[in-house]
Amino acid sequence: MATVSIRSVRKAFGSTEVLHGVDVEVQDGEFVILVGPSGCGKSTLLRMIAGLENITRGEIAIGGRVVNNVAPKERDIAMVFQNYALYPHMTVRDNMAFSLKLAKAPPAVISDKVGRAADILGLTPYLDRYPRQLSGGQRQRVAMGRAIVRDPQVFLFDEPLSNLDAKLRVQMRAEIKDLHQRLKTTTVYVTHDQIEAMTMADKIVVMHAGNVEQIGAPLELYDRPANLFVAGFIGSPAMNFFKGRVESGAFRFDGAQLPLPRAAPGVNGASVIYGVRPEHWQLSADGIDAVVHVLEPTGSETQVMARIADTPVVCAFRERITAQPGESIRIAPDPALVHLFDEKTGVRLN
Amino acid sequence: MDASTWVPTRTPPNLLARLFDYKPFLICVCLAPALGLLLVFLTYPLGLGIWLAFTDAEIGRSGSWVGLENFDSLMEDRVFLNAVWFTVFYTAAATVVKFALGLWLALLLNHHIPFKSIIRAIILMPFIVPTVLSAIAFWWIYDPQFSILSYVLVDVLHWRDTYIDFLGTPWAARWSLIAANIWRGIPFVAITLLAGLQTISPALYEAALLDGASPWQRFRFVTTPLLMPILAVVLTFSVLFTFTDFQLVYAITRGGPINSTHLMATLAFQRGIPGSQLGEGAAIAVAMIPFLVLATLLSYFALARRKWQQGPENE
Repeated sequence: MATVSIRSVRKAFGSTEVLHGVDVEVQDGEFVILVGPSGCGKSTLLRMIAGLENITRGEIAIGGRVVNNVAPKERDIAMVFQNYALYPHMTVRDNMAFSLKLAKAPPAVISDKVGRAADILGLTPYLDRYPRQLSGGQRQRVAMGRAIVRDPQVFLFDEPLSNLDAKLRVQMRAEIKDLHQRLKTTTVYVTHDQIEAMTMADKIVVMHAGNVEQIGAPLELYDRPANLFVAGFIGSPAMNFFKGRVESGAFRFDGAQLPLPRAAPGVNGASVIYGVRPEHWQLSADGIDAVVHVLEPTGSETQVMARIADTPVVCAFRERITAQPGESIRIAPDPALVHLFDEKTGVRLN
Repeated sequence: MDASTWVPTRTPPNLLARLFDYKPFLICVCLAPALGLLLVFLTYPLGLGIWLAFTDAEIGRSGSWVGLENFDSLMEDRVFLNAVWFTVFYTAAATVVKFALGLWLALLLNHHIPFKSIIRAIILMPFIVPTVLSAIAFWWIYDPQFSILSYVLVDVLHWRDTYIDFLGTPWAARWSLIAANIWRGIPFVAITLLAGLQTISPALYEAALLDGASPWQRFRFVTTPLLMPILAVVLTFSVLFTFTDFQLVYAITRGGPINSTHLMATLAFQRGIPGSQLGEGAAIAVAMIPFLVLATLLSYFALARRKWQQGPENE
């Protein structure tokens, strides 16, 4: 187990820079998720930690040792690949034992470690099968088994669940989290799925276009997104944004007005973006009019796509909604849970 | 009639249409061209060749059935036995070198190296030159007086005092032919193995790298087993092509000196057409069949698809 320090790391492919100075500190035993849209550089960063890509500038340290010039196999890390990268010509047992055999471990040690990993992952009945005889979830487990037997200082996961169907993904999500709680190995996990990030991480690193947008605990990012990008990326359905001005103690747009959050000093007269999460709208008699377009009852809640003046808005209510499309409902945001962002820089104001 | 009252009229299909809807008829019609081609161009010549092997036919004389007489006489024919031996040796030596060099080139081209596409084009060259043309070029390269190899070794590098008589002595001629065959066969091996290498996911090499495998171990434990299926197919084809080679030998040495470089194919032609002993020539050609079947079966069983490739999804 070890810490991972990423200090002002830059990566360029030819003249194209894809990472513009990234700083991340991963504590010992922490489960850190790098999340961001495709092409944000998160997988590149992971591959740099693994040693599969070299580091253009900056440094990466694992357990206090700078590994910029250390070969991948000397870094004491194990990686689970997106397509699992299982050796198709080896049985599950041989796949898991491969690294130990290369390290010339005694056969007794190999069979003990493989047996234990298979036990943890429920793979014991499948040890003599070939990867092609396994289901997607089982292959995923073998890939994790291959990482576990090595007893590495750091686990690296590169979008490990993206090839699984939705149901299996939820199940494996819980299994990976459970595994981490049992093994307590430092883990760096890459995904583009913010739900995965929110549910599994101790700490989330939100990346966008080669930069770190925000680092924090899942609920911290949800409650206090540092900028517009994080606000729009974290949370599903996404946050509603309104463009307008702050005038005489209220936010005004399209002829409508919304209440300001309490802690927003010095924004009077400013052009701002006002953000409300769909679940933070309430039905309220003294709210503003919204015309309902589409209703999506899911049982536990009802999602309403509506329009305030010309601005589309998504609301999620715990109550059952009886309004029909075309009718108006009166809604109001909870002022304590409203987010204000600078219109130009996108930085959080409250 | 307007759009609301119009209905499409259905005419009953005519006799021809119904005939073509009749499956057995359709199957026969569709198979006929392929079967015809096979009969005319494959079964008939092969059958005729096998029939001729059991007759004493000569050019201009249709011959009569003589049973195994042709084969009996071949068994005591030193030139024939020598040709069998040299065919096996030629195939073995050329195949080993072709695969060693072909695999090496394929591995090289599978990496990012400068001028990759130019090198790939150069490698393909022996393949696109007609064999007889390249054979004539080799004939010049191996010429006793004008050989460029001799010129370089003697006059440029001064490594030798005398010109080499490539095609004048049996062993020099044999090795010269094998070298020409290797040159001719490498592109096929290199390009097909390169195609095989490119089917191996780069992630497997990365996984092996992280598992701590050295370059040799990655080749030994990842590349080799995953390349085996395609290697088996390429090996089979290469052996068949080399064993039945005719053009190179016939154009460069015509079997000489003193019949020392005859392959079974060139000897069969030599006896059958210029020598006009059709029956004997056919018998030599038929004698190749067991070797070819053996080579095919060997690669089929020894290098057949592995368990990890096929079989029921869950056993």
